[in-house]
Amino acid sequence: MTEADRVAARGAAGAGPPSGTPHVEFIGVDKTYDGVTQVVRDLELTVYAGEFLTLLGPSGSGKTTCLMMLAGFEAPTAGQIRIAGQRVEDVPPRRRNIGMVFQNYALFPHMTVGGNLAFPLEVRRIDRSSAEERVRRALALVRLTGFEDRKPGELSGGQQQRVAIARALVFEPSLVLMDEPLGALDRRLREEMQYEIRRIQRALGVTVVYVTHDQQEAMAMSDRVAVFNRGRIQQVAPPEVLYEEPERGFVATFIGDNNLLHGRVVAARDDICTVDTGSGIVQAFLVAPRAVGDAVTLAIRPERVALAAEPGLYSNEFEAEVDDIAFLGDHLRVRVSVCGSSGFVVKIPNRVGHGGVLEDDRVRIGWTPLDCRALAPDEEDGGSP
Amino acid sequence: MTARNARKRVAPGLRAWFLVLPLAAFIGVTFVAPLGAMLTRSAHMPVVADALPETLRLLAGWDRGGVPGEAAFRALGHELVAARETRTLGQVASRVNRVEGGLRSVLTRTARQLRSAAPTPGVAVDGGAPAGSERTDSTQGPGGTPAAPWRDAMLAMDDAWGDASTWRAIQRAGERYTGRHYLHAVDLDEAPDGAIVAQPEDLRIYLPLLGRTLVVSLAVTALCLVLGYPVAYLIAQAPPARAPLLLLLVLVPFWTSLLVRTTSWIVLLQTQGVVNDLLVALGLIGEDGRLAMIYNMTGTMVAMTHVLLPFMVLPLYSVMRTVPPEYMRAATSLGAAFPAAFRRVYWPRTLPGVGAGCLLVFILAIGYYITPALVGGRTGQLISNMIAYHMQQSLNWGLAAALGGILLVSILLLYLLFDRLVGVERMRLG
Repeated sequence: MTEADRVAARGAAGAGPPSGTPHVEFIGVDKTYDGVTQVVRDLELTVYAGEFLTLLGPSGSGKTTCLMMLAGFEAPTAGQIRIAGQRVEDVPPRRRNIGMVFQNYALFPHMTVGGNLAFPLEVRRIDRSSAEERVRRALALVRLTGFEDRKPGELSGGQQQRVAIARALVFEPSLVLMDEPLGALDRRLREEMQYEIRRIQRALGVTVVYVTHDQQEAMAMSDRVAVFNRGRIQQVAPPEVLYEEPERGFVATFIGDNNLLHGRVVAARDDICTVDTGSGIVQAFLVAPRAVGDAVTLAIRPERVALAAEPGLYSNEFEAEVDDIAFLGDHLRVRVSVCGSSGFVVKIPNRVGHGGVLEDDRVRIGWTPLDCRALAPDEEDGGSP
Repeated sequence: MTARNARKRVAPGLRAWFLVLPLAAFIGVTFVAPLGAMLTRSAHMPVVADALPETLRLLAGWDRGGVPGEAAFRALGHELVAARETRTLGQVASRVNRVEGGLRSVLTRTARQLRSAAPTPGVAVDGGAPAGSERTDSTQGPGGTPAAPWRDAMLAMDDAWGDASTWRAIQRAGERYTGRHYLHAVDLDEAPDGAIVAQPEDLRIYLPLLGRTLVVSLAVTALCLVLGYPVAYLIAQAPPARAPLLLLLVLVPFWTSLLVRTTSWIVLLQTQGVVNDLLVALGLIGEDGRLAMIYNMTGTMVAMTHVLLPFMVLPLYSVMRTVPPEYMRAATSLGAAFPAAFRRVYWPRTLPGVGAGCLLVFILAIGYYITPALVGGRTGQLISNMIAYHMQQSLNWGLAAALGGILLVSILLLYLLFDRLVGVERMRLG
């Protein structure tokens, strides 16, 4: 898949439902360990062949359980899982032919790097010479040529990570699962490995299902991201769509920063609605189907709010009091009180003449209706959308 | 200033050593000293040398061929009487008797008779006469001159005094330091001419016993490993809520009195016991075909395996607990079936525990005493039982100490071998 193809695919995905050959399908999957707490609820998810799909969510949101069910280490309580169209509930993990990268790599410490990589080939009874060739190719792929005779304990964290990836790929699975593989690395190495994993995935064209709680990682690597919360998928979409068009309050705050205001719809016309927040009337873009009188949550990105704007530029304009200014290098983060919300954040790029705002000033802020999304309130997240 | 700083730095270390002192003293008194004394006893036998110094000094110049001179007879006579007075005669006699059987009564009888009827013709040279003068006297003595009243008297009391072997036995028993116990402990003996020869076939008991002890210990270790490994695995894999309960099941027998457990095995395994009754009731064996499972080697093995099992399970469990479950998951996801994943991934990770458990069980088994003593019968005895026998029944402490020393050395050798093969530093007890 070339970069152009990928952009095209993303564009298509953003415009309508994603297309391609389904590789993995979760159909109505439930999972409970104790019969009371639903770890995963009514999961519907399709992963397309060659896709990099990330399961993103806070810890305990059910994303790892989904991965473990796909790998075969956990059985769904209800529903079906299909891989390449075949139901897999009765297929043991070792017969699923899925490459898996574990959180702590799970490299076998008593074997050399070469031994670790040869392990999946030996249990498949692949003859020695072609196994050696495959090990060499897999190590070259992760740029560790010549490391065959090292022990995992002699490698750095990043190198161990590469070995773990090579081991998950050496038996040429078409599906690779990764469970927070970069969690133990420092930030710089993590960014490098994000790029490496992406490069390898594109070079081989394998389908990757990736689990992380780091939204930046998810955004940087994925074709599509499935956002999990409390055992339920909140939204599945390419990163740009998640950021620009979140459908629920949880997604809006989990992906990037968002200011949330709460109110009730007083009027709705086409996509634009008028919301009474109790201390101000706001024009907003209606995402969820809401009727007049319904409660809504308004989400406004901090960088889409203009500060000290000329009067009359925006249909949403308010007087705000500056509580705090934080200098963050490339931008300033200004906390203001507005519409009864005291933690409202405005992000101003660090350019010459950013308005000369000082703490305790009273300023005018404004935003357009299209940058203000009216979503279903979070209280309803537990129920059906 | 610097000196004070230096003292400040040293002080914590010194204080730590002070805290260890009571333990060091305790171990010194209760372990190192008795062990050292016992091992010394295996080679150091001062009883005869202390009781018959003059006799032995005179015998040193003896040609070991015929009968020694009058001076030796007189010195021995005096010293035997003196030993009888100080009540060391019994020990002396039994020492000499151990070198050559039958001499105990010769010595005690002679001493008794000499005391009641000391040879009167020797009055002139009786008492504290200087030894040098008698020596010249004794060189003239042999040849049946009438100037040998002690020899005549003692020969009259017992023919054995005319036998060179009797005197050689006294001489041998008088050696202050001897390797004889060690020779006996490995079924060798010193012939009268000083050559080292194997004991007669029917007297070789210690080497076969040592061999049997090693074989039984290895077998018990293997049994414990085979039985204990799955138990430890089960506990290590159990959900955290259930693991303590399972561990308790392993520990309860561990906390139960050894006697109670061993007696229970007697109840279960004896000829009229539970197991035999069950087998008869099931029709597997006839009433007259009841199995002998106790008071023999079977009983020893069964009871020892049961007693030592926790020493295998606990180190295994503590190592297994540290093996991350991801390893097995990774192996499975890479396509390995359970046997291959276990053999190539799990088992190697548990080797430190296997090594620790095996070494612990083996070393405990090789010196095990109570269980074989209670349920071993005649054929299920081990080397420790023989050591106990020599300590308590035959009172041959030197031989007991030599057997103990050999046991200690064999354990050290096996430990070194284990270290070479497995590596002690890789071993983990928990």
